[in-house]
Amino acid sequence: MSIFKFHYNLEKNSVGFVVAIILAASVGGLVEIAPLFTIDDTVETLPDMRVYTPLELAGRNIYIREGCYACHSQMIRTLRDEVERYGPYSLAAESQYDHPMLWGSKRTGPDIARLGGKYSDDWHEAHLIYPRAVVPTSIMPAYPWLATTPLDVEGLGAHLAVLAQLGVPYTDDMIANASRDATAQARPDSDAATGLVDRYGEATTIRRFTDAREVTEMDAVIAYLQILGQLTQAPYAAEVPQ
Amino acid sequence: MIAILTPRERQIGMAMAIGLALLGLTMAALGGHDPIAVHGFMALALGLALVFAVGSVLEEPAPNPARLQQYYDDPIKVGIVLAMIWGVFAMTIGLWVAALMVWPDATFGQAWSSYGRLRPVHTTGVIFAFGGNALIATSFHVMQRTCRARLADQLSPWFVLIGYNLFLVWAVTGYFMGVTQSKEYAEPEWYADIWLVIVWVTYLVLYLRTLKRRAEPHIYVANWYYLAFIVVVAMLHIVNAAAIPVSWTGAKSYPAFSGVQDAMVQWWYGHNAVAFFMTSGFLGMLYYYLPMRAQRPIFSYRLSIISFWGITFFYLWVGSHHLHYTALPTWVQNLGMTFSIMLLVPSWASAGNALATLNGAWHRVRDDATLRFMFIAAVFYGLSTFEGSFLAIRPVNALSHYTDWTVGHVHSGALGWLAMVTFGAFYSVIPQIWGRTAMYSPKLVEWHFWLALAGLLTYVFSLWNAGITQGLMWRAYNSAGTLNYSFIESMEAMRPYYIARVLGGALFLAGICVGAVNIWLTIRGARDAAPDRPLSPQAAE
Ligand code: HEC
Ligand code: HEM
Repeated sequence: MSIFKFHYNLEKNSVGFVVAIILAASVGGLVEIAPLFTIDDTVETLPDMRVYTPLELAGRNIYIREGCYACHSQMIRTLRDEVERYGPYSLAAESQYDHPMLWGSKRTGPDIARLGGKYSDDWHEAHLIYPRAVVPTSIMPAYPWLATTPLDVEGLGAHLAVLAQLGVPYTDDMIANASRDATAQARPDSDAATGLVDRYGEATTIRRFTDAREVTEMDAVIAYLQILGQLTQAPYAAEVPQ
Repeated sequence: MIAILTPRERQIGMAMAIGLALLGLTMAALGGHDPIAVHGFMALALGLALVFAVGSVLEEPAPNPARLQQYYDDPIKVGIVLAMIWGVFAMTIGLWVAALMVWPDATFGQAWSSYGRLRPVHTTGVIFAFGGNALIATSFHVMQRTCRARLADQLSPWFVLIGYNLFLVWAVTGYFMGVTQSKEYAEPEWYADIWLVIVWVTYLVLYLRTLKRRAEPHIYVANWYYLAFIVVVAMLHIVNAAAIPVSWTGAKSYPAFSGVQDAMVQWWYGHNAVAFFMTSGFLGMLYYYLPMRAQRPIFSYRLSIISFWGITFFYLWVGSHHLHYTALPTWVQNLGMTFSIMLLVPSWASAGNALATLNGAWHRVRDDATLRFMFIAAVFYGLSTFEGSFLAIRPVNALSHYTDWTVGHVHSGALGWLAMVTFGAFYSVIPQIWGRTAMYSPKLVEWHFWLALAGLLTYVFSLWNAGITQGLMWRAYNSAGTLNYSFIESMEAMRPYYIARVLGGALFLAGICVGAVNIWLTIRGARDAAPDRPLSPQAAE
C-alpha cells in the first residue's frame, strides 16, 4: 500500500518525522482551543460582574499556595443533584478574571463555588484553624498558621498591574491604592473603607477583623471564601435545567 | 567519569558550571526574602559542586580515543540511579498523602507538611522525577542501540540530565515552600518553566544529532515514540506555561489565560502530559525492551505505524473530557468525548501488538519476572485505556468525575503501566550497561514483582469501590425527592477504602525498595562480561 510506502521513506528522515509529528499533533488544539478566544458567546456578558479586591486576591493566592484546590472544586456542573446540593451551576463568566482558573478535579471536600455567605467569618476561622473542632469527622487539614502569619499587603499593586496587563479591568486608581484597600477591607471603621467601596462597589463585604491586630493571612482567605459565587448575582436568576 | 570527557569538553563544562553558579548567585542576591532566592542558592551550590568536580580533573590527560568505539553509558547509569532515588522518595510521599486522608493530623503541624503542598510533591515526583529520569536514561540507551551509534557528544547528555534534575529540585522544594501555579502537572513557576525549555530543546537536538549518526537506514519504532514524547511535551509546555511574573526577582506569576480558556488549555496540556509523557515515552520503552527480553520481533510493523499516528493525532483532541457538563461550550465537550472513544483503537492496537509479540514466548513470561513486569504493563495499558475511553462518555463521567474513581484510574495507569514497564526496562538494561550477566538476585526481582502486583490490585480495587460509592451517594435521592446523603456522610464512607489504599501503597513502596536494594547490589557486584549489541564502526565526532 502506498501509505506504508510513504511511511517507509519517512522513517529514514528524522527531521521530516519530527515535522510530521508537529503537524499531526497541532490539529486538535487548533480546532478546539482557538475558537474559544474568538467566539463571543463562549463567555457570557454579565453587567454586575466585579473584580476581586486586593484582599480577596491575596486570599486567593494563599488558597493556591496551600493547595486547597487539590480537594475542592469550584465548578458546579449542569446536573440536577449538583445544582440541588451546591446551588446554580457555574457560568463561564464567573471565572473570567481567574488567572489561573480553580475549577479543580477532585472533591475530597465539597464544591465551594457558591460558598460565599454560607457560614460566618468566625465559623471559617475556627474551621481553618482546626476543622475537627467544627466537623468532628472531617479529614480536612488544619491551617493554624494562617491566623498568626501577617499578610504581606505591600506588593499588591504590582499584582493588580500584572492582571490588568492580562486583561482584568483593574483601573489605575485600583492599582495605586491596592495596599491601602487591602488593609481597609479588614478595617471597616477606618476612613479608607469608603475608598474601597467606591472602587469595588457596594456589594464589597467588609466585616469582622475589627480588632486592632494586624491583618493576617486568615483574614485574606476568609475574605476570598466569602466572595465565592458572589462576584455576580446573575447565576441566581438563571433557569435551572435538569 | 568526568575524565572521559576531552579536555575541550571539560573546559566548556567548567564554563557552564561557572555560569550556573553565577545564575544562582544572581537569583539569590536579587531574590531577597522570596523563595526564588532559596532556589538561587541551590543553583549556586550545584554550580560550585560541578566546578570542583570538573576542576579536579581539568588537567588530566586526554582520554583514550578508543572510547569513541563504544557506547556512552555513563549518563544512563546516573539517570537510572536518580530515577530509583526519586521513585522511592516520591512514593513515600504518596504513602504519606494517602495516610493523611485517613489520619489528617499525621503531619508536623507545619505549612510545608500539609496535604495541599505534599500532593504535588508526590505527583511531580512520580511522573516527572521517577518517570522522567527513567525516560531520559532509557532513551539514551535505546537511541544508541537502535542506531548502533554513540551519543552525538559527551557533554549535552549531562546538561540534559543535570539540568532536568535541577528543574525537579526547584519544582519539588518550591511546593514545600508554597511556590506553585496550581496547574495540575504544571505547577512549577515561570523561571523553572523557562529553564525546562532550555533543557528540553537541548534534549531534542541531542536526539536528532544521534539519530543522524545512525548506521541503520530506518529509525526504529521505539524512537518514534521517544521523539513524539519530546516534541509534543515541548509544545504543550510552552503554551500552557505562558505567564507574566509579578516581578523578575520573585517567584509569583499570573498565568496568561483565565477561566474557561485556561481550563481548556490546562486540560489540553494535562491530558496530553498523560499521553505523551506517561504513554508515548513509555511505549518507546516497551517497544524496545519487550521484544529484546522476549527475544521475538515486534508482532506487526504496520500495526505499529497505525497505532503510532493514531495516538499522535487523536490524543490532542481529548482534553475536554475533563470538563464535561462544565461551563466549557458543549461542542468542545462532545468533540472530546468522540475522539476519546476513537482513541481506543490505536491504544488497543499498541497493547495488542505488544501482547502478540509475546506469542511463542509465554514460557519466558512465566519464568522471567522481568518480562512479566512488561507483560503486566501491556495488560494494564490496555485496561487503563479502555477505562479512560469509558470514563470519557458523558453520562459515565457525570458519575465518576470529582470522585476517587479518577484517582483509581490514574493509578491503574501509573502503577500498572508506567511503573511496571519502567521496572521491566530497568531490570533488562541494568545488567547490560553495568556489564553483568544478570541482576544480583533474580529472587528479589520476583519479590518485587509480586509486591508490586499485590499493591497495584489493592490500590485500584479499593479506589474503584470508593469512587463508585461516592458518585452514587452524591446523586442518591430519598423517597421525599431530596438528596439522601450529606457530603459529610459520603466522606465518612470513604474511610475503609482509604485505609485499604494505604495498605496497597505500602506494598507497592516495599516493592520498589526491594528493587532499589537489588539494583544497588548488582551495581556493587563484580563485573562479568555481558553481551551487547556491537557498535557500528564510525568516524570520531
Ligand atoms: C485533604 C483535602 C482538603 C484540603 C487540602 C482542604 N480541604 Fe477544605 N474540606 C475538606 C473536607 C473533607 C471538607 C468537609 C468536612 C469539613 O467541613 O471539614 C472540607 C470543607 C471545607 C469547607 C466547608 C465547605 C462547606 O460547604 O461546608 C471550607 C470552607 C473549606 N473546606 C475550605 C478549605 C480551604 C480554604 C482550604 C485550603 C486552605 C481547604 N479547605 C483545604 C478537605 C480538604
Ligand atoms: C506508593 C505508591 C503510591 C501511592 C501510595 C500513591 C498515592 C496517591 C495519593 C494519596 C494521591 C492523591 C489522591 C487524591 O488527592 O485523592 C495520588 C495522586 C496521584 N498519583 Fe499517586 N500514589 C502512588 C504511586 C504513584 C505512581 C507510581 C504514579 C505515576 C507514575 C502516581 C501518579 C499520581 C497522579 C498522576 C496523581 C494525581 C491524580 C489526580 O489528579 O486525579 N502515583 N497518589
